Amino acid sequence: MQKISRDILVEKAISMLENGDVCSVLGWRKGEFDYDITPAVFTDKDDIKNNFVWNDFCGANFSKYLVQKTRKAEGKILVFLKPCDTYSFNQLLTEHRFDREKVYAIGIPCEGMVDINKIKEITGDGISSIDCGDKITVNTIYGDKFDIDATNVLSERCINCKSKKHVAYDELIGDEGEVLESNRFDEVTKLEQMTPDERFAFWQNELSKCIRCNACRDICPACTCEKCVFDNPKSGVENKAAANSFEEKMFHIIRAFHVAGRCTDCGECSRVCPQHIPLHLLNRKFIKDIDGFYGEYQAGDEVGSRAPLVNYTTEDIEAADIFEGRDN
Amino acid sequence: MFKCSIDSLDKIFAEISKNATVYLPVDNDDGKAVYTKWENGVKWSNELNTVKSLKDFFFPQVENLMEFKVEGKNIEIKDIRTESEDFVVFGVRACDVRSFDILDRVFLVEPCDSYYANRREHGVIISVACTRPSETCFCNTFGIDATSPNGDITVWKTEDALYWNANTEKGKALLDKLNLDECDDSAVNEQKAKTAEIMKRLPLASLTTENFGGGKTDELFNRPEWKTLSESCLGCGTCTFVCPTCQCYDIKEFNNGNGVIRFRCWDSCMYSDFTKMAHGNNRLSQVERFRQRFMHKLVYYPENNEGIFGCVGCGRCLAKCPISMNIVKVMKTIGGND
Amino acid sequence: MQVKEYKPLIVAFCCNWCSYAGADLAGNNRLNYPADVKIIRVPCSCRVNPMFILRAFQRGADGVILCGCHPGDCHYTSGNYYTRRRMALLFSMLDYLGIERERTRVEWVSAAEGAKFAATMNDFAEKVAALGENKRLEDLRCKK
Repeated sequence: MQKISRDILVEKAISMLENGDVCSVLGWRKGEFDYDITPAVFTDKDDIKNNFVWNDFCGANFSKYLVQKTRKAEGKILVFLKPCDTYSFNQLLTEHRFDREKVYAIGIPCEGMVDINKIKEITGDGISSIDCGDKITVNTIYGDKFDIDATNVLSERCINCKSKKHVAYDELIGDEGEVLESNRFDEVTKLEQMTPDERFAFWQNELSKCIRCNACRDICPACTCEKCVFDNPKSGVENKAAANSFEEKMFHIIRAFHVAGRCTDCGECSRVCPQHIPLHLLNRKFIKDIDGFYGEYQAGDEVGSRAPLVNYTTEDIEAADIFEGRDN
Repeated sequence: MFKCSIDSLDKIFAEISKNATVYLPVDNDDGKAVYTKWENGVKWSNELNTVKSLKDFFFPQVENLMEFKVEGKNIEIKDIRTESEDFVVFGVRACDVRSFDILDRVFLVEPCDSYYANRREHGVIISVACTRPSETCFCNTFGIDATSPNGDITVWKTEDALYWNANTEKGKALLDKLNLDECDDSAVNEQKAKTAEIMKRLPLASLTTENFGGGKTDELFNRPEWKTLSESCLGCGTCTFVCPTCQCYDIKEFNNGNGVIRFRCWDSCMYSDFTKMAHGNNRLSQVERFRQRFMHKLVYYPENNEGIFGCVGCGRCLAKCPISMNIVKVMKTIGGND
Repeated sequence: MQVKEYKPLIVAFCCNWCSYAGADLAGNNRLNYPADVKIIRVPCSCRVNPMFILRAFQRGADGVILCGCHPGDCHYTSGNYYTRRRMALLFSMLDYLGIERERTRVEWVSAAEGAKFAATMNDFAEKVAALGENKRLEDLRCKK
């Protein structure tokens, strides 16, 4: 379904490597099956030729990898960025988390990524091949064949895509898109309209699934602390497992709060959660509140902008007034 | 071998429930299978396997070990161990059953882990043969026969019937109480043959362990591929927490103001403070942590346990890793048989 | 058997320069406020991060109130402006998770407002007492 073909990206990557413009390429590496794609650093052009992929399963956001990779790199790193990845890229630059000089960013348009879990709900287990054409064609080892409309199996974050515009790049391949009107706050509003008891029951159920694997934190491009407070034995809150339901809540509230105003809503947290907890609903609540209380703000929109939580006006709303006009 | 109709399953669960709690895989609100307590109306999931493994029942993610109470100058130590209640887990797959051969060799050797042993003693495992394996399955690689799993009792499910066979004394005692009709094993054999054919078609059917095992440490430890394989590893604990055989834990203490609760919880070799000691940490980078997990399963464990590998091929890590790096990719790259 | 009367445990974070002095003034003036309000002095209201508030609940608080200088009066110029934003967002999030919104409050109390301090604490304690024990953000291990 992606409009840009893999070959264009491969050609570009190889020529830049050969010319010595970059010393490595951050891209997506082919997996065992057609959907289990791994983010990888390529340095060899045959490796790129054989193993680089670009298809509907290339959801991984490379921005955060730049923090570590640019430190070690001797030359420039070529990175491919989808529109939503560019917001994280800018946000990291705003926070001075990597050296912009060491990166050559190529923006590539994205038509939305699909969710393998949604595909499996349709096809069941035993997928032998997936072909991403106009339709997603899935064959199984049981001899079944499915033609699936990609729009029916888009990941949650892509259904509510907020922008097809690249806010940062050195070079753009393909056409530039636009910031979109999305319905990404609909679910937050739905929760807000529930009674407190219903909301509590909803979150208690969701958060109790948490196994504290930390995947949400470790994938998050806004979570770039060198040592997380939850990993620090001296913090008093270090917990490798949530021994009590309180700890799950504390972890997720504090994590969401820590990235509030810096979260670009890239949706990686929900994508990687092995327990399918809708973590983006926590982040979107903060984004919605920030927009409502302090004016619209999109993290990563421009480099150097001041995040709402490190900013203030003398006229800000009082904490006592935030619920005015709401009776639930 | 015994037989019952599928419709009588609820009756059987009700019968077992008189003496023991029954757990079985049930779909949650997300459509994912989770071991859930049986009660009237609870339906057995059609999913191939549960998201989390069976080890949770015997080696829970968090478990209190003892409590300390301080009053004045006295410290009272409370042993909070209690005898586990009898329980039966139904619907366990062959891979998860095998995981107990691996866990037992860790927890039941001297010094025996009394918390684990207690639950093992009181738990009965009823396994179910696979008929529709997933592309992520590779239990064959470790010599597991998914068509005929171990466990205290083995069950084969056909369209309309269930076939039961006891493998252990515990299983036999339970099966005797159920008063099922005896039958021959022709239907089961037919199913086994059919599934075995499917197993051959699995994409990972050719994966082998021939380049791994005890004694391979020197050969594999310094392989340059570890660096590229671990390049994008996030260092989260997903693979270790969904793994049925990962058994590392940390012992920690919680001070609640009146006393101290000493508990243990799962640890992950992927974490930066794993096995941290007074002198610091012996695995400083993610490459080393990543290597530890796979070397443990494929080299160190077999070295110490008569060649048994520390992986059962359940495929959970393949399905759950946020960046899709997993033991199969490691085996193919390091083992070099791709 | 006599039932022990339920008294809420309240944690009040008070900034050193205004609200803590306000509490002192309330004391000097012999103004009553509930003894179940435990004051924790902080250098500035913006010293309080969300973890403090959650930890107070974990350790058994039924309500948490944060007091600082009036906006514009911060000894560090702008600390309480940041506090205002943080707490507005945090309280909104707690409400979103179904935690009773009366359990948390921010109040600006100056060093001259001893009466306001006492009145605020009386009112807050009453509201929290009406809610009863904090069940939604409790840690059962701390109730042992």
